[in-house]
Amino acid sequence: MNYFQGNLNKADYHDFPQKTVSVNISAKNRTLYPTVTGTSVLGVKFDGGVIIGADNLGSYGSLARFRGCERVMKVNDTTILGASGDYADYQHLKGIIEQKVVTEECLDDGFNLTPKSLFSWLRMLMYSKRSNFDPLWNTTIIGGLENNEPFLGYVDKIGTAYESTAVGTGYGAYIALPLLREATDHKPPLTEQQALDLMEKCFRVLYYRDARSLNKYQVAIVTKDGCRILSDKRVNDDWSIAPMVRGYE
Amino acid sequence: MFRNQYDNDVTVWSPQGRLHQLEYAMEAVKQGSATVGLKSLNYAVLVALKRAPSELSAHQKKIIPIDDHVGVSISGLTADARLLSKYMRTECLHSRYTYGKPLPISRLVSMVGSKSQIPTQRYGRRPFGVGLLVAGYDTQGAHIYQTCPSANYFDCKAMSIGARSQSARTYLEKILDTLPDCPLDELIKHGLRALRDTLPNDVELTTKNCSMGIVGKDKEFTVYDEDEIGRYLKMIEGEERTPAPQAEQMEEDPAPESAADESADPTPAPPQSEGR
Amino acid sequence: MEAAFGTRNFSNLNSSDSAISHQRWSPYAFNGGTILAVAGEDFAVIAADTRLSEGFAIHTRDYPKTYQLTDKTVLACAGFHGDVLTMTKVMDWRLKMYEHDHHKKMSSSAIAAMLSTMLYYKRFFPYYVYNIIGGLDENGKGCVYSYDPVGSYEREVFRAAGSAGAILQPLLDNQIGFKNQTGVTHVPLSLNKALELVKDVFISAAERDIYTGDSLIINVVTKDGVKVDRFPLRRD
Repeated sequence: MNYFQGNLNKADYHDFPQKTVSVNISAKNRTLYPTVTGTSVLGVKFDGGVIIGADNLGSYGSLARFRGCERVMKVNDTTILGASGDYADYQHLKGIIEQKVVTEECLDDGFNLTPKSLFSWLRMLMYSKRSNFDPLWNTTIIGGLENNEPFLGYVDKIGTAYESTAVGTGYGAYIALPLLREATDHKPPLTEQQALDLMEKCFRVLYYRDARSLNKYQVAIVTKDGCRILSDKRVNDDWSIAPMVRGYE
Repeated sequence: MFRNQYDNDVTVWSPQGRLHQLEYAMEAVKQGSATVGLKSLNYAVLVALKRAPSELSAHQKKIIPIDDHVGVSISGLTADARLLSKYMRTECLHSRYTYGKPLPISRLVSMVGSKSQIPTQRYGRRPFGVGLLVAGYDTQGAHIYQTCPSANYFDCKAMSIGARSQSARTYLEKILDTLPDCPLDELIKHGLRALRDTLPNDVELTTKNCSMGIVGKDKEFTVYDEDEIGRYLKMIEGEERTPAPQAEQMEEDPAPESAADESADPTPAPPQSEGR
Repeated sequence: MEAAFGTRNFSNLNSSDSAISHQRWSPYAFNGGTILAVAGEDFAVIAADTRLSEGFAIHTRDYPKTYQLTDKTVLACAGFHGDVLTMTKVMDWRLKMYEHDHHKKMSSSAIAAMLSTMLYYKRFFPYYVYNIIGGLDENGKGCVYSYDPVGSYEREVFRAAGSAGAILQPLLDNQIGFKNQTGVTHVPLSLNKALELVKDVFISAAERDIYTGDSLIINVVTKDGVKVDRFPLRRD
């Protein structure tokens, strides 16, 4: 009757239902606050695909500690994922997902993880871990093509999840999401190039306003031709008006 | 009748390289009433002959829905089938709960295979005494699978198991090539004709002794019993039956899994008994 | 485990995970949403807004908080969305099991009783979810069941809950229950009146409650099944 609780055991991520091994987690094993963190992840659907972006900064509190953190990943040819929050937890999660993809590939039965099934599984994982008071400190964005239709979903560390045309995490939800919505709500679908340009705009605005962000970012794109990750993208920042700002000296 | 010193437990090999307990379990399947499964590109159909253990009792259920996209028909020990189908239902629910998706049929069947294998290799246990025909529809289309007590399973275009099922297989082999493009109504008619061929000449398919399950594109697995099946029975009413085969052909052929087991000698058929 | 849980905070709105280290972690969030159900003689109306929010951010403007369980029963949920998702999945599981075991769909009253036990099962780590069930009972009459998050429940004629529940309920008391009115004739509620009322009260709620808005989903359950309608609400 494990399904009542929606709990899963830490010991086994790949087949979590109905295993009854209980793992006693002591307080020191739990992430009750993040250490090295990544800031906003953004995602938006466009005509025939999905784009997810995240900058490359790993912050240690307010210290800009690491400048080459890659926070978007390819899951398979139709699925991509990006994560904000604790970077170690993301790397842990990435390892689990990659193992999952390999395990499924080995079955060689023609069935693969789809964005929707990964979304559903990841939500269960996050929810179950929060129910054991041992959360993975991440907010993740999953995108891809489900039956050739764009899919974009959001999953956070306590198991809140939803699908949307445009999503953003952290400060991105306040600063960039309105820009993404403005470009998509009640409008014809974006082209891939428009989506790329929109990402650049959003990361630029975030770079101006979010003190935990960086001017270097990556995007992952899924279309019917497969998925690709574009690295070392830079925002076209322009601080030439900065010296003219008065009153904050 | 078959007793020899190598058939006391499943874990004991005979010098001929056979596992007698497993072969006996395979015989249990042949004692159940016949059931037929067949598929076109978009639909899978199960038809089954129901038996009543006595005049006083109702007909035993033969077709069990597992999930919206899959169902099974059984031949052999009904009680074992209940256990297996409960397991299959749970696995299907888990898939929907965790992945938000129906479980692919091939994965479901391979799980049944793995579960069935365990009691074939453990001291003091017995194999399942039931064979299943699994009909399902997933993103790869319609499927018919056969599972056995020996833990073998087969992906089939059409199949029949149970008492006198060779006659049904003979019929199915004849129409095999037409099946993929068969409209649903034709598919059902083929299924019923195949099932009818397993009956003695003086017995007819009726709404009482026949049940049917259909699944396919945009169609959830549905069982048709009693009145609902009458419409389909009418479709083949009055058609001439396939001539009954000769007496020696009536003997049960070894089921396909012994074909994989090439050294196996043909096992003599046990006497038919009711109530299985 | 219980120790960590003892200090949980239901109304933790500080949800940004970007820069704030050492914030207290809570297994709960409040994602807002208002739900409502009204029973008539031979119908039930179950409505909810479609806004999903957290703190001062709107997650999505299009998340219907009503779940059609059978062709006679609709469930509406608001509160912590993670619990809502899990609870409705467990619900789907239990409905399917019941169907397998009993060869029939669950009745509204059976679902209502089951939901109560499901909620109470998690009494000491509750689903932070406000539930209302609306549908037709075994006699074809409209029914509404309302719950607290730990499973106390009651059959009623009308009930509003969720973030603007306290705004809607007095309006319903007055307009459907004829409370605080003198000299009015108690006429039975018609479907049209119910629908107009539901739209009006949600428009009012969207004016005052930041967690209610965007769209209104109305499920009408009659003997012919469930009909779903949608109306715009304010999106700011």
